[in-house]
Amino acid sequence: MVMLWENIKLAFTSLLANKMRALLTMLGIIIGIASVIAIMTVGDSLINYISEEMNSMGANNIMVSIQPRTDEDNMFSTMMGGAMMMDPISDQDKITPEMLEKLAEQYKDEIKAITVVDENGSGQITKGTDYANVYVAGINIGYFVSTDVEFVAGGVFSERDLEEGRPVAIVSSIVVENLFGGDNEKALGSTIEVDTNGKFAEYTIVGVYDYVVQNMADMMQARKDISTNMYIPYRASINQTHNDNFTNFYVVANNGVDSDILAKQIDRFFEGYYRNNEDYQVGAFNMQTMVEMVGSMVGMVTTAISIVAGIALLVGGIGVMNIMLVSITERTREIGTRKALGATNGSIRIQFIVEAMIICLIGGIIGLILGILGGQFAANLLGYPAVPSISGIVTSLIFSMIIGVFFGYYPANKAAKMNPIDALRYE
Amino acid sequence: MAETIIKLENIVKKFYIGKPNELEILHKISLEVKKGEFVSIVGPSGSGKSTLMNLIGILDRPTEGTYVLDGIDVSKAADKELSAIRNKKIGFVFQTYNLISRTNALKNVELPMLYAGIGKSERVKKAKELLELVEMGDRAKHLPEELSGGQKQRVAIARAMANDPAILLADEPTGALDSKTGRLVMDLFHKLNKEKGITIVLITHSNELASETGRIITIRDGNILSESKGGKA
Ligand SMILES: Nc1ncnc2c1ncn2[C@@H]1O[C@H](COP(=O)(O)OP(=O)(O)OP(=O)(O)O)[C@@H](O)[C@H]1O
Ligand SMILES: [Mg+2]
Repeated sequence: MVMLWENIKLAFTSLLANKMRALLTMLGIIIGIASVIAIMTVGDSLINYISEEMNSMGANNIMVSIQPRTDEDNMFSTMMGGAMMMDPISDQDKITPEMLEKLAEQYKDEIKAITVVDENGSGQITKGTDYANVYVAGINIGYFVSTDVEFVAGGVFSERDLEEGRPVAIVSSIVVENLFGGDNEKALGSTIEVDTNGKFAEYTIVGVYDYVVQNMADMMQARKDISTNMYIPYRASINQTHNDNFTNFYVVANNGVDSDILAKQIDRFFEGYYRNNEDYQVGAFNMQTMVEMVGSMVGMVTTAISIVAGIALLVGGIGVMNIMLVSITERTREIGTRKALGATNGSIRIQFIVEAMIICLIGGIIGLILGILGGQFAANLLGYPAVPSISGIVTSLIFSMIIGVFFGYYPANKAAKMNPIDALRYE
Repeated sequence: MAETIIKLENIVKKFYIGKPNELEILHKISLEVKKGEFVSIVGPSGSGKSTLMNLIGILDRPTEGTYVLDGIDVSKAADKELSAIRNKKIGFVFQTYNLISRTNALKNVELPMLYAGIGKSERVKKAKELLELVEMGDRAKHLPEELSGGQKQRVAIARAMANDPAILLADEPTGALDSKTGRLVMDLFHKLNKEKGITIVLITHSNELASETGRIITIRDGNILSESKGGKA
């Protein structure tokens, strides 16, 4: 419609005529939308990160980890694992390789594989001027049972590699792209030097797996800068880190085994060892349950903060209504003139509703940008790749327009119903 | 004999109706204006000239009486119809110009056409023609604040002419201008009246300007005191 476009342009001219006032009016909307988006970004990123992490390990897997003894059975602290714990767990409190052997023995019908991962650290492989970023992880044979990894060259570690902790590595296709021009055959058998925080180590490549870019963090950087997992034998890793005992490990259940029941059995198994430990216990959780749990917790936090943000938006909306009333009073003669020139009540009403909507929409967009930046910053601070929440972006824009219409309607209607001659005579 | 375009019958206008300070400003005024006439309304300040003009321009409704404008009984019409009539049939020229301050001369002239639903290219074309007509073509992109009083009034006249109205209503259009600029505006009215056959009702305090028009209506205390032929007829 001709009118609508003209009204939008008109709204911009009148906002530009009063930039400072418009900005101050938008502040409530900006703050409201920014906080909703920031929270949603952090929340969605967290859920995304956790479910990606967990799904890559298989939803039916069981995570077993040491957790401090607290009054309630706290899944969240399990999940956050060592990262959240204040004191480092002493070696004697940790799970020993013997316990794992016993567990595997006792439940050999139910357990398909036990996966242990030693986080060796993040590092960089360099070759001349080329480089590739990696996370180095020491793994045992069970890892490839529980994780979907597709080899494009070579294969898993041999038993001797694992037993002796030989310096061999499985790298991603990205590493091969960066260092060997994508030639898998050339990469196999080649020796690479990895720098993990100033510690240098050499490994021979025995396998290359296909890396599929899937998370937002990867998509947002150049392909050659993406960090991918590089696997080395568990023993090779602990020879460097000296993490002889475990704080956590994963269990893959055999097909047809109820992982919930197996998790309870594992709980009971470890209770035998930890009954007399005052500080720690071992908890086993089914991944699926954990993903759901995290989801609902994040959802609760998001809702709570959204309510606060909603109040900010409400206050912002009232601010918009107030400024619209002021603006209409100031422009009474203009309204009278427009009516004398043939504006209908409806066109006056639309004009001011559009103006209120534009204020809110601009505020919404500014808030959106600040919110995404803030959310990204917060997510990065927490160490999760940030995922801008698309649904959050769309809803917040629609919501800010609705605020504009809702709080703009009363002033606009007041303007529309002015008697033309009273408006023209207004001093 | 030309047909009647404005026909007021026994028009009464009261303010503060039903209140102790109820005020009757116009007392049973009857008035007829024919198509193509150039009429001036004179009278002392506070006599009710503007009140009458606002009723003619259907910016206000009479308390009593009937008003037929170009064959339409507007005393009974709904708000929406009145908007359309003001838009298409009437052009207003105010003493204080009343240009929309944030938009340029061209946009101001386009405004009545916008409300009439006319498309952009046609609006711009017509607005430019009208600005040429009032000799303001070179100021199309200027904001009102960048124009002198006389220039603003010429833009306002161009705006009043936008939808080719049948009637031009001008309430003291030269009141804020010096006599030389007032002369220019007055010449413009004569031109529009003669060349376009537009009916003009003009309120003025200047007997000299009034005498140039076809008919002079004198108002005193809310009554039509006298009517006389002007110099023009
Ligand atoms: N909206 C209104 N409410 C109350 N009184 C009004 C209103 N409009 C006009 N009046 C009164 O009506 C009377 C006539 O006013 P009007 O503006 O018609 O005079 P006028 O003849 O145009 O005078 P002037 O030459 O000074 O413009 C005045 O006494 C004025 O106070
Ligand atoms: Mg007056």
